[in-house]
Amino acid sequence: MNPAMILAGIMLGALVIYSLLAGADYGAGFWDLMCSGPRQEKQRELIAQAIEPVWETNHVWLILVVVLMFAGFAPAFGAISIALGVPVFLILLGVVLRGSSYVFRTYFAGSIRTQLYWGKVFSVSSSMTPLFLGIVIGAISSDTVVVRDGISENGFLGTWFHPFSVIVGVLSLSLFAYLSACYLTVETDDPALQDDFRSRALFSGFISLMAAFATYVVAGDNAREIRDGLSGAPYVLLVESCAAIAAFVAFQALWSRHYLRARIAAAAQVGLIIIGWGAAQYPYLVRPGLTIFNSSAPSNVLVEIEIACAFGGAILFPSLFLLYRIFKAHRKAVLADTTPV
Amino acid sequence: MDNFLAARSQMGMSLAFHIVFAVIGVSLPLMMTIAEWRWRSTGDPAYLLLAKRWAKGTTILFAVGAISGTVLSFELGLLWPRFMQYAGAVIGMPFSLEGFAFFTEAIFLGIYLYGWNRVPGWFHLFSGIIVSLSGLLSAIFVTLVNGWMNTPTGFDIVDGKFQNIHPFAAMLNPAGIPEAVHMVLAAYTAAGFATAGIHSWLLLRRGRNRFDEVAIGIALCVGGAAVLIQGVSGDALARMVAVKQPMKLASLEGQFKTEVGAPLSIGGLPFPDERVTKYAIKIPHGLSLLAFHTPNALIKGLDQEPSKDWPNVRMVHICFQIMVGCGSLLSFFALIAAGLSWKRGPLSKQKLFLKAAVLVSPLGFVALEAGWMVTELGRQPWIVYHLMRTRDAVTTMPNITITFLMMTFVYLVLGIIVVWLLSKHVIAPAERKQLDGPGVLV
Repeated sequence: MNPAMILAGIMLGALVIYSLLAGADYGAGFWDLMCSGPRQEKQRELIAQAIEPVWETNHVWLILVVVLMFAGFAPAFGAISIALGVPVFLILLGVVLRGSSYVFRTYFAGSIRTQLYWGKVFSVSSSMTPLFLGIVIGAISSDTVVVRDGISENGFLGTWFHPFSVIVGVLSLSLFAYLSACYLTVETDDPALQDDFRSRALFSGFISLMAAFATYVVAGDNAREIRDGLSGAPYVLLVESCAAIAAFVAFQALWSRHYLRARIAAAAQVGLIIIGWGAAQYPYLVRPGLTIFNSSAPSNVLVEIEIACAFGGAILFPSLFLLYRIFKAHRKAVLADTTPV
Repeated sequence: MDNFLAARSQMGMSLAFHIVFAVIGVSLPLMMTIAEWRWRSTGDPAYLLLAKRWAKGTTILFAVGAISGTVLSFELGLLWPRFMQYAGAVIGMPFSLEGFAFFTEAIFLGIYLYGWNRVPGWFHLFSGIIVSLSGLLSAIFVTLVNGWMNTPTGFDIVDGKFQNIHPFAAMLNPAGIPEAVHMVLAAYTAAGFATAGIHSWLLLRRGRNRFDEVAIGIALCVGGAAVLIQGVSGDALARMVAVKQPMKLASLEGQFKTEVGAPLSIGGLPFPDERVTKYAIKIPHGLSLLAFHTPNALIKGLDQEPSKDWPNVRMVHICFQIMVGCGSLLSFFALIAAGLSWKRGPLSKQKLFLKAAVLVSPLGFVALEAGWMVTELGRQPWIVYHLMRTRDAVTTMPNITITFLMMTFVYLVLGIIVVWLLSKHVIAPAERKQLDGPGVLV
């Protein structure tokens, strides 16, 4: 294990946590856009309640990935910033609009019309970030991002606007939506609402399977190497099979309305997909040229950053645990109070 | 608009907004925690109401500050990829640490906001302290990066690249700590006086009430204490600049000539073409005294460097004068406030004082923005002082004007709405029942 691999591992871990937590928040925003039927208002309320106390904390994982990337792998960060400037800017716009519109919607209590208006902005921007995040992931996995002397050889659109990246974008949006719908089934006790989100979870899960299949098909054109990576090494296959099993368990649990099991299995599924991607991408950060070895900072820098991460983690994880305990314990108490046995 | 200018404008605009959001987001938790502590020791419900109001303000500003901070971390790469590529490894450390400070702040703010009835009282107060401290640390870490851009240390240049990097040495660069202290005090000053001014205005309008009175008390203590220490911090910072960045000092002061026993120019307008600062009040030996604490110290003038390497001397000098002027006025005001409350009892009864407090309330923010301009413009044309030019760091991506305009629009809307929300949720008058009842309020 050398320091570059450890730091890349930390980043992948942070990306997984970000997807499982913040990804679900974004997915919830996407469902806000799709709220329909007689329980439309209740659906919106549930979504707002579910993400209220946690979305800011969840969002910080992305900042962590970004800062670790420019601290540890500055050339890769530079290449992404130049060649993928457009989708990165759109991710950013999504972050800004999602966060601010959520805050404004919450505090604009009273005026229904303005609240609805901010709700629209909230849901549209919530869909933007996962889509373009997926596109960036797709682009760095294909062979189109080439930056020489600060000039992007494939321009500023050609680097990401091709079928493979766009389908990876759709895949990530559908996965986040799926994850979020699975989570939301557990957040409510109302069987009708649970059913609403159950059918949404099944639907988006199906779409994500289709999208995953489609990425594999179109990967032949400009992402052949990642496809070879995905179907090559045995440990990648192992991760992929685990993801497939988790997906199967999640679908079965959704079908039979075992929501807690579905939630855990769906989280495992998405986490494993990302880990599988990371394993197939190894050792590249930005294909075709930049690996975690040729773009990393000197190893003493990496080690010091990792030490900082260890100290940070020693504060972060107990605090997170505390936050979770305070609010989860309370939630159980409330449930015990209000639901007569 | 030229791409380079558009990139600089976008960065400057983002920072100008972020600094306001961040400053309020750093100071409000401190005031909120003080208010809660006062409530716990006196039982006065006005303090509790205030703590809850300021907590709400903190939430709004934390969210908006987090968003605009994310924007900046991306913009560093989007606009200045070559800077990040070369310097990323050197300055990554404070950014990484800032990430963790930010996490801590988010988590304990969550506990603070939603935990009024769920955690023991002492722990709630403790959470407030952690929120204040981690906000403070975030501000310090970020300013350390700016310090590094001014006085880069912790590496060697080998073949045009940064080698032998020592992240902690880079983080603790000479400008870093003085700048960070100055920044944090500026944050408390700006937010303290602005809050005191707003509540003075409300007190004048609404008539005497406990809510506004206690708010003024806490805000003035925070702002007043900060501005008085700021004088010392400013002196330390200026002496650091005099040693490490003599050209920056020269442009702050509009000092074109290298001379012994240089005078201090108060006010005035630099004319870079004629190499002279006109219309200033000159205090003999003043600059030498201030910068080196000896009257005949040698002050290097701008003539030591070719004029193409000068910053925009006129802007830098004007901004510096504004900053120092506002800071001095506020220090004077803080001393008068202390004197008045000593001699004549509660300040909230003195109408003339309240009116004055309203008048000086924006000065902290004016000084803050002006000071930020001083340090950013004063560093130009360098992005890393004497090592990398800003022009060489800019992205090759075209049409930055479009993103600049879009982000400006977004920030403007954001700013307007934040102000509206704050007025609605934080400074709105207390209803009678909120102050009478002992129960949980708001």
